[in-house]
Amino acid sequence: MAAAGKTHATRWGVVNVVVVLYALFPVWWIAALSFKDPGTLTDGNYIPRDWTLENYRGIFQTSEFTRALINSIGIALIATVIAVILGTMAAYAVARLRFPGKQVLIGMSLLIAMFPPISLVSPLFNIERIIGIFDTWPGLIIPYMTFSLPLAIYTLSAFFREIPWDLEKAAKVDGASPAQAFRLVIVPLAAPGVFTTAILVFIFCWNDFLFAISLTSTESARTVPAAIAFFTGSSQFQQPTGSIAAAAVVITVPIIIFVLLFQRRIVAGLTSGAVKG
Amino acid sequence: MAEIVLEKVTKRYPDGSLAVRDVDLDIADGEFVILVGPSGCGKSTTLNMIAGLEDITEGTLRIGGRVVNDLAPKERDVAMVFQSYALYPHMSVRENMGFPLRLAKVDKATVDSKVEEAARVLDLSEFLDRKPANLSGGQRQRVAMGRAIVRDPKAFLMDEPLSNLDAKLRVQMRTQISRLQRRLGTTTVYVTHDQTEAMTLGDRVVVMRQGLVQQVGTPAELYGMPRNLFVAGFIGSPAMNFLNASLSAGNLRTPLGDLPLDDGARRALEQRKAPREVILGLRPEAFEDASLARDTGGPVITATVDVLESLGSDAYVYFSAEGGPVTSAELEELAMDSGLRDTGAGTDQQIVARLDAATRAREGAPVELRVDMGKAHVFDPSTGSNLTHPES
Repeated sequence: MAAAGKTHATRWGVVNVVVVLYALFPVWWIAALSFKDPGTLTDGNYIPRDWTLENYRGIFQTSEFTRALINSIGIALIATVIAVILGTMAAYAVARLRFPGKQVLIGMSLLIAMFPPISLVSPLFNIERIIGIFDTWPGLIIPYMTFSLPLAIYTLSAFFREIPWDLEKAAKVDGASPAQAFRLVIVPLAAPGVFTTAILVFIFCWNDFLFAISLTSTESARTVPAAIAFFTGSSQFQQPTGSIAAAAVVITVPIIIFVLLFQRRIVAGLTSGAVKG
Repeated sequence: MAEIVLEKVTKRYPDGSLAVRDVDLDIADGEFVILVGPSGCGKSTTLNMIAGLEDITEGTLRIGGRVVNDLAPKERDVAMVFQSYALYPHMSVRENMGFPLRLAKVDKATVDSKVEEAARVLDLSEFLDRKPANLSGGQRQRVAMGRAIVRDPKAFLMDEPLSNLDAKLRVQMRTQISRLQRRLGTTTVYVTHDQTEAMTLGDRVVVMRQGLVQQVGTPAELYGMPRNLFVAGFIGSPAMNFLNASLSAGNLRTPLGDLPLDDGARRALEQRKAPREVILGLRPEAFEDASLARDTGGPVITATVDVLESLGSDAYVYFSAEGGPVTSAELEELAMDSGLRDTGAGTDQQIVARLDAATRAREGAPVELRVDMGKAHVFDPSTGSNLTHPES
């Protein structure tokens, strides 16, 4: 039995190692590239021989990357805040209220979530040029918000449904207006859900490449994923590979930090004790 | 503190179903009124309408003389205790209890003193800084009570507040609620499906069925003079025994034998033109062991004891009577609600008698029982109404 158990464990261990290697190898590769100096860039080693921070220094020296980083952070944050605020209210309505057209609303938001963004790029490009928000922050914030709202509504309404109805009734009888009941009772209890949603929406905005490349033309609103595509080497004879790798690592790190923070934010069982349990 | 008056209050849902029909009820200032009935009888809906959590479709609701039909819950100044307690999990006990006061913009010092006072009354002082998740069921229940009493509302509304507690705690909390209500003198409407709770707590009890009020009265009135089959079968534990009977010349022919009616009952039945086929209702204590009986009036029947349950103070004797069980919509509903349907009882009618503990009845042996016909009720099987009730 013990032997069988051991073989079993070994087999699973091997499978796990293979899966982890498979998943992390590209990440390691890009990270390794970012630490290589231009001379050894193409030597085919997966571990840099000469470690250097030259690539990082390089990307932070030009405004090409720093400006894009500011754009990325600003646009993603603003889009997230707006999407979460609107999403919270919409999700509450979806989860709690009965109103005409509710099914249509849910259907529409699902439709938006499923719509291939590429099919909208050309019309959006034209619309934005006509109304003059092409290549501006709002020009990206608005589509990001629109496409992340369904996600926000779906995640949040699931969280709202978990909150017992009785709490709201109790708040009403205790003298709260609907707005107070929402603000003082529902939102604090939905906080883990709001954080989860915010992280998801932020990652969606942060990772987007399609809108960023199509709806911007200059540094004024270009976000990092798009900016990386425009990277050139320090001289025209030099490959920008090192800089691209460094930039990729720089925009991946915040996501990793966010995910770690977000894990801590999921306070499991925040609602335990609200009702008999 | 205030009186609560319901006039022809009706609740109709958008799909047309009627949850509550024409409820008329006068609840006096300081009175403790219980709404009781099987699930789906409309008692909770009625309570929610008083609280303002559900709209009133028709009729008028007055609290303290003021029509409150269209007022939001916060303007009605009533406090509610929920079955689930509905404590705010992110707030401490202190914050939970102070929540209604903080919403009412009471200054902080007053909030603190009122919360501490309520905590003292409810024996919660040492738990003020805990979160609800770290409290036991009984403590949570008391916090819910505390949140209701801190702000001296016009009325307390309680929706099955004890049904999540275990049996022993429930009995303790029952006495505590009763004492608290008497002390504060606040008008209280209490919803329960447990008839024992209803009988022990209320000044008056309202029995509801299918959205209609069946009878309003003191516990003694409901027990002694049920207006119809439903009330008779619902109130009392063990429940009233029902037997098919036919009337002939002032006698009731029943599966237990011929039982003569007393004069009062005979007159009442004549006046109301009772049908020939009726249902006889006898409470378990309408029987007594003939060998121990002090008075000698009343017919004596002989029954074979199926089961004897000795409780020390009393003895319950179960025996069966021939003939099929009594059928009526009301009793059917009660059986459904109490789960009696599922016990798989046979086709014979089970009768239970409550005898003095000194009885010499033995399982399997015959026993002579004297029936006190003064405590008999005769019901019309078609309408369910009690033909021997003094005013129905």
